[in-house]
Amino acid sequence: MAGARRRKQHFSRIHAFSCGKASFKGDHSLIGGPGFSRVIYCNDPECFEASLRNYCDNYVRSTKYTLATFFPKSLFEQFRRAANFYFLICAILAFTPLSPYSAVSNVLPLVVVIGATMGKEAIEDWRRKKQDIEVNNRKVKMHQGDGVFEHTKWMDLKVGDIVKVEKDEFFPADLILLSSSYEEAICYVETMNLDGETNLKLKQALDATSSLHDDSSFQNFKAVIRCEDPNANLYSFVGSLELGDEQHPLSPQQLLLRDSKLRNTDYIFGVVIFTGRDTKVIQNSTEPPSKRSKVEKRMDNIVYFLFAVLVVLSIIGSIFFGIETREDLENGKMTRWYLRPDETTIYYNPKRAAVAAILQFLTALMLYSYLIPISLYVSIEVVKVLQSIFINQDLHMYYEEADKPARARTSNLNEELGQVDTILSDKTGTLTCNSMEFIKCSIAGTSYGHGITEIERALAWRKGSPLAQEAAEVEGQVKEIQEEKPSVKGFNFVDERIMNSNWLNEPRADVIQKFLRLLAICHTAIPEVDEETGRISYEAESPDEAAFVVAAKELGFEFYERTQTSISLYEFDLSGKKVKRSYNLLNILEFSSSRKRMSVILRNEEGKLLLLCKGADSVMFERLAKNGQEFAEQTKEHIEEYADVGLRTLVLAYRDIDEEEYVEFNEKFTEAKNVVSANREEMIEEVAEKIERDLILLGATAVEDKLQNGVPECIDKLAQAGIKIWVLTGDKMETAINIGFACSLLRQGMKQVVINSETPENKALEKAGDKTATAAAYKASVLQQIAEGKQLLTSSNENSEALALIVDGKSLTYALEDDVKDSFLELAIGCASVICCRSSPKQKALVTRLVKTKTGSTTLAIGDGANDVGMLQEADIGVGISGVEGMQAVMSSDIAIAQFRYLERLLLVHGHWCYRRISSMICYFFYKNIAFGFTIFFFEIYASFSGQAVYNDWFLSLYNVFFTSLPVIALGVFDQDVSSRLCLKFPLLYQEGIQNVLFSWLRILAWAFNGVLSATIIFFFCIRAMQHQAFRKGGEVAGLEVLGATMYTCVVWVVNCQMALSITYFTYIQHLFIWGGIILWYIFLMAYGAMDPNISTTAYKVFIEACAPAGSYWLLTLLVLITSLLPYFAYSAIQIRFFPMYHQMIQWIRSDGQSDDPEYCNMVRQRSIRHTTVGYTARFEAKSKSSKER
Amino acid sequence: MTDTNRERRRTRETAFYLFTQQSLPACKPVLTPGWVITIFLCMGLIFIPVGLVTLRASHSVVEIVDRYDIECVPEPFRIDKISYIQDDSIPKNCSRFMKVHKYMKAPIYIYYQLDNYYQNHRRYVKSRSDKQLLHGRKYHDTSSCQPVELNDGQPIVPCGLIAWSLFNDSFTFIRERAELKVNRKNIAWKSDRDHKFGKSVRPFNFQNGTLIGGGKLNPKIPLSDQEDLIVWMRTSALPSFRKLYGRIEEDLDADDVIVVNLINNYNTYSFGGKKKLVLSTSNWLGGKNDFLGHACVVIGSSSLILAIVFTLLHLKYRRPYGDTSYLPWNRKSLSG
Repeated sequence: MAGARRRKQHFSRIHAFSCGKASFKGDHSLIGGPGFSRVIYCNDPECFEASLRNYCDNYVRSTKYTLATFFPKSLFEQFRRAANFYFLICAILAFTPLSPYSAVSNVLPLVVVIGATMGKEAIEDWRRKKQDIEVNNRKVKMHQGDGVFEHTKWMDLKVGDIVKVEKDEFFPADLILLSSSYEEAICYVETMNLDGETNLKLKQALDATSSLHDDSSFQNFKAVIRCEDPNANLYSFVGSLELGDEQHPLSPQQLLLRDSKLRNTDYIFGVVIFTGRDTKVIQNSTEPPSKRSKVEKRMDNIVYFLFAVLVVLSIIGSIFFGIETREDLENGKMTRWYLRPDETTIYYNPKRAAVAAILQFLTALMLYSYLIPISLYVSIEVVKVLQSIFINQDLHMYYEEADKPARARTSNLNEELGQVDTILSDKTGTLTCNSMEFIKCSIAGTSYGHGITEIERALAWRKGSPLAQEAAEVEGQVKEIQEEKPSVKGFNFVDERIMNSNWLNEPRADVIQKFLRLLAICHTAIPEVDEETGRISYEAESPDEAAFVVAAKELGFEFYERTQTSISLYEFDLSGKKVKRSYNLLNILEFSSSRKRMSVILRNEEGKLLLLCKGADSVMFERLAKNGQEFAEQTKEHIEEYADVGLRTLVLAYRDIDEEEYVEFNEKFTEAKNVVSANREEMIEEVAEKIERDLILLGATAVEDKLQNGVPECIDKLAQAGIKIWVLTGDKMETAINIGFACSLLRQGMKQVVINSETPENKALEKAGDKTATAAAYKASVLQQIAEGKQLLTSSNENSEALALIVDGKSLTYALEDDVKDSFLELAIGCASVICCRSSPKQKALVTRLVKTKTGSTTLAIGDGANDVGMLQEADIGVGISGVEGMQAVMSSDIAIAQFRYLERLLLVHGHWCYRRISSMICYFFYKNIAFGFTIFFFEIYASFSGQAVYNDWFLSLYNVFFTSLPVIALGVFDQDVSSRLCLKFPLLYQEGIQNVLFSWLRILAWAFNGVLSATIIFFFCIRAMQHQAFRKGGEVAGLEVLGATMYTCVVWVVNCQMALSITYFTYIQHLFIWGGIILWYIFLMAYGAMDPNISTTAYKVFIEACAPAGSYWLLTLLVLITSLLPYFAYSAIQIRFFPMYHQMIQWIRSDGQSDDPEYCNMVRQRSIRHTTVGYTARFEAKSKSSKER
Repeated sequence: MTDTNRERRRTRETAFYLFTQQSLPACKPVLTPGWVITIFLCMGLIFIPVGLVTLRASHSVVEIVDRYDIECVPEPFRIDKISYIQDDSIPKNCSRFMKVHKYMKAPIYIYYQLDNYYQNHRRYVKSRSDKQLLHGRKYHDTSSCQPVELNDGQPIVPCGLIAWSLFNDSFTFIRERAELKVNRKNIAWKSDRDHKFGKSVRPFNFQNGTLIGGGKLNPKIPLSDQEDLIVWMRTSALPSFRKLYGRIEEDLDADDVIVVNLINNYNTYSFGGKKKLVLSTSNWLGGKNDFLGHACVVIGSSSLILAIVFTLLHLKYRRPYGDTSYLPWNRKSLSG
């Protein structure tokens, strides 16, 4: 097989741009110097010199910790958090006499909390470890000496080893390509994992080593490679290969990077040069920026606020304590003699009351530490992980066709999903499928193809024209035809005039033939023949190209073989006979963004030279020959029509070349190709330019960039939720606008503010070549256009008209400059929709940053390609589409979904829920801890601030981790204000998150106040009810332990019932946790009380003997419970009835059974549509409004 | 596998499905006006009667309180009460008269009440050794008892400030010249007697120091039988507290006059504390305390009032639920 493919010609002759030859110039002189010191002894990794070098092994570690470093490192991480550090200090102080409670009881919760977090870390790291093990144990064939290759684990590879990588395998390390199954030692590489590009890259080995085709030829192979030290630059490499006495330069052209994949090549031989962490891909991996949600940032502030409260309380306490302690000795006489102030310790010394007060301050800090919820962080982490699991599990976001569920890659940002204000979306692959379908063409001035695009449908609907019906009919036909044939990916063309060889009967059959032949030849795709079925599939650089080849094949021109010098097709001659033809491929002038066209030069079987060219209309029409413009007018018309309905168009043309011209061209071309200098590309372009002229027009193609399923619906919902949607695309303006219409981001009657730098004056200036003048002119025009736009904005606000802003990339460069960006942003925010076209990845990131920092609102970026990575990392939340364009975007995203339409559910349902859950959870956390902490503080007032806790030590320490933590977690994981169905039905609900209604400072302080109120009621009711009289029939009075147990019972009841009162969603889990928490307290009290008095101390039999038989205990619990809840209950009853929040309105609707009453729902929903809203509902609304006005 | 098994598995699967899809069957109560009014009414209807019953119970308790700390210092010493109380040579006997204003049914509990006495001070609360109380001198680590841990190198049993400051006023009661029998057994919690104070631990080296705090203990009686001590060592929660002294197991009739002969030993004068003697009956609620009853009545009636106010508001302002005009974001856009 391999032998059959060997041809003595060099492919590099044909490929103009990618296969440059390296020579010893420039950087190569650095070899051996600093930074270029690496020496590799090929095929001899065990030799003495190599062992001196001591390069690292090929084991790759992605784990954060090792077994040895886990404890110190993760502990350090834990105690870097202010709150945890505070608790650590408390735990240490607990071993001194300062401590108001026993050390064990204080340390235990900390151990539990830290242990849980560390456990989570350990599990996460273990997963990474497993992945590492899997990767490191992959096998590759390695040279074992004597020409024998055997499977070896990746991790056992050493620098200098020769490996044989087979088709579709990953490269185990960075290799230098020595030879391949192809004669000229080329190979195809897919670098999707590195840069997200799906096209295949061509690599070629040095001539010197290209003859090593067999395993046995390595028996005596020896060489030394000297090259640069490990670095992160993927696209540069400098080295030299010493083979015998000869030196050969090495360039990136020979470098195969780890994590890329061998494609279309049976095998390659390579020598390992960088291993393990020295490889470029590992050197390149940067820690993704860590993102924290706004809620969490505010939570930190609340913790600081509580710290402040804690310090204030402690200061108050210690001042009073100091005063009272000083009074214990009056003129040398003891007042409170029972405290023995005469013979005391430093903590209570009346003579040094100030010192005692300061020490008391420390004690108080520990005592009131219950104000700070120790378990807050760990609970939140647990909750977020569980929330992410729910997101991952959601079947509504599971893409069955690709078997891809949604994946929350970080759980940090769940609640941020509920606060998104602006979505910045990529277009290709995100809004559209990135699968191109050949749908129409214009040949010889006649337009073919009946297919109807999504956009045409939208347009028809928009215009309300009868075309809609017609379209439906045609669609029916199309469907019929499609049903007959199995659908082909990339081909959606229906026209009986051309299909099934009917084109032979068309008037210009010769042109059609040329047109189709051009489609089949002029490309860089590679055919792959399935050996079993004989079917041919194509590997192409871009989906449009694949669409062309497929189209040609479907229309009878089947491209089936490409060799290095020829292209073979089955085609029809004009008499309708199927013939096999092969064309001698001479040159490929490749596509580049500046050229906007590609050409091939070939010799047909008759020996005639032909140039076939396809390219953008803007560059093609000016290159037509005078006699080649026969159909120019009609074609132009058709192209405009096509572009109007959102199709991508290309113009096809050809030219006959005479021998002399070609010889001359080829000479210059080869010369240009072999130049090694910076302007090589320019020179090649220049040469190519000369031959690509006097073309004869054949026609134009139109491919549809298909919208993904459900995109318009999703955008409509998101817009109704009040989320702004910006589209940032690299496409040209017309395409972008078309997609905008298709997604209902733009609509008729919307004023379009177009900021465009491509004005004729500017172009003239640019041609003149004065760069500063050009820049100034550009900037001036951008500024002027922004100013005009703003004027329009103010006037349109008055007439409540919607504006759309469309900016092109060049203008964007100037609009993003420091002095312009504020006014640009102002304009952009005022507009209903914003489309930035022709924007570079960097501009995408800059726009994202501008929105994020200047408006302070939450941004979400969504994209699928490597060019979106910057934007995804810059935005508050990056959502990657795990689509076709590789994994790069997904790897740098925070959440990955399979389809754009899942964004609707991700934001409106999960985002809203998570936001609500986390914010109510945090509020509640503070409530319960303030309620508890203040009862302790109030007691101090009655204990002369001496630091005696009213509760037993274990009651104190188990409060946060035991009796009250589970209900909060249930709240954080399961609570739902409204069901997912209603979330989607009333998208405006999402505004609660954007406006941060549920986590405003007012709300937080109100909860804190509620906590203080509850504490006050609990404490004073308890001490008034249990003051000095007997509290039960037996005449016993309540001591410290009885009061403590009673108060604690009240706290547990109040706090848990407050939770039950404030949620409106009870599954059996909530019931279990809330009521279980209370029951658990009683069980604990009995169990703990039954233990030996040495352990239970003051809690010994306190419930069984003292509290339970006392009627007043139970009555008091009930009374305190009801009284504490009464203020909140009354408040929320009135608030819900008279000032309901939006989610409460929806709850009303649901409970009244009115959710099915459309009129009523519309009433609630009406406000979600404003004049600036986009989406098709808004469009419908706007349309009906304008028709009414008429 | 039987059918029921399979059935069970299927239901488990669906429950799991509902769980992961977050659509478990749930109860979603909404605070409709009907519910609110019903709840307020119920609370009113429950708490007012309960409050009244509680108040009645509290009122049925007869309680006589007599403050004696000032009266029991003879006139000449009242200027300097502290030196009076600290002077052992002056007899501390004192007689008080208590008039029973209402029939009191046995058992009648005798309490002494101290005010402004911080038994809940951290230094005080910690100053004891539970292990020593249970095991006696066998247990040596009594550092928590400082400064009342050792005397002349000998351990003190019971050690610590609490025991050292034991209350030592004593009372005898005479009605119509006959002494009333005061039962001073079983005044402490049974669990304390049985499990916290050793049956074979006897006071040792107690109150032998230079500074005598409170009462002395009979070194022959084991700690578990020293009920005064046990009661005292259950520290009180608040600076004003009562402790059980004993029980009178005879009924007292209205207008009975009881003569109390007391020995006023205990020093509360240094820190300005009060001493009171209390006789009280008890019922299911315990002693006399109107607070619970009043609170119940207040809460109940305020619930009723809230119910009425809410009903009136509800009827007056029939605002449709769907009016979104005052939602925060709409308010903003209206003003802006």
